[in-house]
Amino acid sequence: MSLTIALAQINTCLGNVERNLEKHIALVKEARKSGADLLIFPELSLTGYVLQDLASAVAHRPTRDDPIFRPLLEASQDIDLVVGFVDEDLRSRFYIAAAYLSRGQVLHVHHKVYLPTYGLFDEGRFFAWGNSISAFDTRFGRLGMLICEDFWHASPPYLLWLDGADLLLLTSASPGRGLGSEEQLESARWVEHINRAYASLFTIFVAHANRVGYEDGLNFWGGSTVFDPNGALLARGPYHEESLALAEVDLRQIHRTRARLPLLRDERIALVQRELNRILQTS
Amino acid sequence: MMTKTPPSVDLHINPTLARKILTGFIRTEIERVGFHKAVLGLSGGIDSALACYLAAEALGPQNVLAMRMPYHTSSPESLEHAQLVIDTLGVQSLTVPITEMVEPLFVRFPDMDNLRKGNVMARARMIVLYDQSSAFGGLVIGTGNKTEILLGYSTLYGDSACALNPIGDLYKTQVRQLAADMGVPSEIIAKPPSADLWVGQTDEDELGFTYEQADQLLYLLVDQRYSPEDCIAAGFEPPLVHAVVARVRRNHFKRILPPIAKISNRTIGYDFLYPRDWGT
Repeated sequence: MSLTIALAQINTCLGNVERNLEKHIALVKEARKSGADLLIFPELSLTGYVLQDLASAVAHRPTRDDPIFRPLLEASQDIDLVVGFVDEDLRSRFYIAAAYLSRGQVLHVHHKVYLPTYGLFDEGRFFAWGNSISAFDTRFGRLGMLICEDFWHASPPYLLWLDGADLLLLTSASPGRGLGSEEQLESARWVEHINRAYASLFTIFVAHANRVGYEDGLNFWGGSTVFDPNGALLARGPYHEESLALAEVDLRQIHRTRARLPLLRDERIALVQRELNRILQTS
Repeated sequence: MMTKTPPSVDLHINPTLARKILTGFIRTEIERVGFHKAVLGLSGGIDSALACYLAAEALGPQNVLAMRMPYHTSSPESLEHAQLVIDTLGVQSLTVPITEMVEPLFVRFPDMDNLRKGNVMARARMIVLYDQSSAFGGLVIGTGNKTEILLGYSTLYGDSACALNPIGDLYKTQVRQLAADMGVPSEIIAKPPSADLWVGQTDEDELGFTYEQADQLLYLLVDQRYSPEDCIAAGFEPPLVHAVVARVRRNHFKRILPPIAKISNRTIGYDFLYPRDWGT
């Protein structure tokens, strides 16, 4: 089975959800014309990133009654969508979230579990911490979603792998930093390294949508990628420019790679659990 | 006693990538608030020359107004070098001498020293720039580099005043590298940096160390989080380390907004926190 993934490497309007929604709808049309089956928007694609006290004002609930999600759910009839937003739960906690929409349904919502609150980041001040990591079933198989800092930690991708995800959908609003003499920023190099590593270590597909544009002096570097289960690069968006990057993904590659390299078959989960229990008890 | 050679810190940057990020920054930050033009003070030195090159590339030379604002003791070479940048880039320009603005204050306070006079001149130039910002319909582009900002080698509400600063995260040596890459005339790059506030003034004389030394040290202290002791252990002379660390600390007030005395439940700067680019 083959699947065309589109990565919407967009700039956003900071705090203006309606304007960002219009851009999402336009991109959905463009991606459908290009034959995409799944369109992935970056982290906080409906709101922008440096929200600070705007976080509560731009929050939405991913339901059919919501004025932002209604048109997005309608748009998901022919193409599956991953959108980034601020999710307000029923008790008004605000999460950095990604929703997977398919055929008018919300199949899964992931709340960011690692909120960077160091260096230039201050997410823990403004947002609630997500508390679960789980894969979910779609018409393309079982997938997993993670948001930016979530995959700077090795455990969330590992857990999704064990939970059955053969395709990781990663979203970021990654600020560019670390300019040396190389052609890539340090932050871009690091993210590409780890995404290639996850694809290789877990023999899965890894698709990453990162945004572009500037907010309060931060630049977002784009460079969205798709890696296959051999760690080969299938597509990469340009750095620092808006684009719709397309990758045709042959899901049979999982079969071929795992026939050669049975890392999943040989993974000793019970051993991991035993050792984790020991480490937790003794530390 | 053995003396160690200070470590060689590689401050080279990829000029193509720097140019792309910085011109994109100028264009985005100006256009998102409904402008498409910029104003900047062109001193004849390397920092403002580089800022002017970046602004011209980002916005088109016709959308950049370069201001020459000499005082009567300013070096004629500074004016010529500024003109060279203007002619090379084809940016718009205006020359507004500040002598008539500042002299009455100097006459009123005849014991005014060079430092006070220099600050008055820097602030007079700020007034002219912000007035032209309004007249020309463009935002003021800052021309301070990272070394100067960290050392506090600037006048508060004077040359540090701006709407946006494209080169404030580049050390002086990186400014030189990028300026050379963008084609800033070599005589501007080669001459000793000077605020040109009085005859014969140079930055490095006044600071007591070279930018080369300061940049290497600041990179370790700031970017690599070395402690002052780590820097000394790595081979930097203790007096240099102490002088630089003291300047960075003493001048921190220039890098932040003045504190507001908090008395309400929600106070600007403490718990009323919105991004500058709010809604754009």
